[in-house]
Amino acid sequence: MATSGFSETQLTVRHAVMQTCSRFPNTYWQEHDQNEQDPADFHAAMAKDGWLGIALPEPLGGSGLGISEATMMMQTIAESGAGMAGAQSIHANWRVCFGVTEPNAGLDTLRLSTTAAKQQDGSYLVSGQKIWITCAQVAAKMILLARTTPLDQVRKPSEGLSLLCIDLDRSRPGLEMRRIKKMGGRAVDANEVFFDKYVVPAGSDALIGEEGQGFKLILHGMNAERCLLAGEALGLGYAALARAAEYARDRVVFQRPIGMNQGVAHPLADAYMRLEAAKFATYHAARLYDASRTDASIRLDEVGVACNSAKYLAAEAAFAACERAVLAHGGMGYALEFDVERYFRECLVPRIAPVSREMILNYVGEKILGLPRSY
Amino acid sequence: MSALRILVPIKRVIDYAVKPRVNKTQTGVETAGVKHSMNPFDELSIEESVRIREKKSAPGGVEDICVISAGPTKAQDVLRTAMAMGADRAIHVEVKEGDDLEPLSVAKLLKAAAEQHKSNLVILGKQSIDDDANQTGQMLAGLLGWPQATQASKVEFGEGDSVTVTREVDGGAETLRAKLPLIITTDLRLNEPRYASLPNIMKAKKKPMEKKTLADFGITAERRLKVLGVTEPPARQGGGKVDDVDGMVAKLKELGAI
Repeated sequence: MATSGFSETQLTVRHAVMQTCSRFPNTYWQEHDQNEQDPADFHAAMAKDGWLGIALPEPLGGSGLGISEATMMMQTIAESGAGMAGAQSIHANWRVCFGVTEPNAGLDTLRLSTTAAKQQDGSYLVSGQKIWITCAQVAAKMILLARTTPLDQVRKPSEGLSLLCIDLDRSRPGLEMRRIKKMGGRAVDANEVFFDKYVVPAGSDALIGEEGQGFKLILHGMNAERCLLAGEALGLGYAALARAAEYARDRVVFQRPIGMNQGVAHPLADAYMRLEAAKFATYHAARLYDASRTDASIRLDEVGVACNSAKYLAAEAAFAACERAVLAHGGMGYALEFDVERYFRECLVPRIAPVSREMILNYVGEKILGLPRSY
Repeated sequence: MSALRILVPIKRVIDYAVKPRVNKTQTGVETAGVKHSMNPFDELSIEESVRIREKKSAPGGVEDICVISAGPTKAQDVLRTAMAMGADRAIHVEVKEGDDLEPLSVAKLLKAAAEQHKSNLVILGKQSIDDDANQTGQMLAGLLGWPQATQASKVEFGEGDSVTVTREVDGGAETLRAKLPLIITTDLRLNEPRYASLPNIMKAKKKPMEKKTLADFGITAERRLKVLGVTEPPARQGGGKVDDVDGMVAKLKELGAI
């Protein structure tokens, strides 16, 4: 990756994260992927060096950096060979997981059906189902988005949702979880979580912000999340491309390196340019997001379009790079030990999550091109 | 015991993992566009200084850990890294790229710096991995008239300014005792340097870095040595094969090895 144009702080972050990640080579991630084992020691190493608090304000013990730096951190983690598994272990962990997505709502978040019913004594009774909850098996707490006022009693569907920080006490009744077998990122667990009148005790100070205003809080984080995912996709793409180029230089068939064949070289060169272009889109979006916090002239939908575009472009560029990296390896691309099959399995994640490609296209069509909404 | 004022000289060198290449004019190794980082032995010096403070192993405590580097503007990167690892402040002595200092000039510079900053302990890497001279610490001790303990694998503090240094020598360990002020040079087994944490990287940005020139220390970079040429080592020749043990013995005899 070309590093011109990055700030000194971004490059410092990149260098320091690389150092920590260098202790966790590809073989570490191969094993954890194969054994579906949580990368707890990787997470501990990142936590010890203060990386989890990168964007947390300094008075709270963080480093007060922006999404521009956090995106660089996530890219560097993925690029080290840790891939999406490494990145996801930073998103969610033994402290906390996030419970937003539901099987019966999908992208139509406002129609989520998990309820948190407030009782006379101030406690909440949570009922419903969440899905694709990363690290639910190991997390102590969950940030839960649930409906506290029924849909038919609110003025707008975006109201009546609340954000709660709840204990995940697996010994208490009304809480069950089931691990989902999945294509990639197997080191990190993803789960279905079932609540059935699970009690969030009164006085546990669970409510975040105001009751009924939870969706606004989620929206606030969504654009930042797009940037981070874009960074992770880039990291994965650059990692795959580096492996492919290395292999194409070294592998000799017909008495010459296969990279001498333009049929091998050109798709990789094309993938590089796509990654670079997506990189500019990504760090532009991250800068815009950071600047929008102090510059009121930056419109929110401008940030939204930039962040969604970045996620889209980075995911597609990463997919191209990972697929071509497998193909450049020929049969060896199919073997676990060359890592590119793992990257390829993982590179589908940023295409699908946290929002589908189609919804991004809908969004840009509507907000930028002024086309009528189809859904 | 006196409070320690530690001076830690550090150097920015080609990263240890990079395979150096001889430049086109065969006057040195190619440095342009090559990854650089802190000389690994200097990381040990910083780590040791910070540990002396953290573990309170010196009875008088540690008053100051000052890192100093002479080199181009990029040398400030390694000074920031050193402060992120725990040094209190840094001095950057600007020397133009290519105007490399010889060990004696560095030693003279460090003598002046140690006197200016009232240092009573200087911890240096035993050598830098670029030219492997292994001279600066020894020359500095000579110029200052201080005792020296080179290639330290362990440093302990006693009463009345005494310092005990263990050094690994052929066939065992040698133990030296000296009094402050003292020069120590570090060897690989002394400690395992830490990675800078993010909060400390951020704090390091706010720590003071003085910018100086050689003239500020009354030094001129005179050259006493002239590099005549730098060449790649000759390519290795492939070995021969022998059929059996007798063949090997015969071959060794033929080569005069036995």
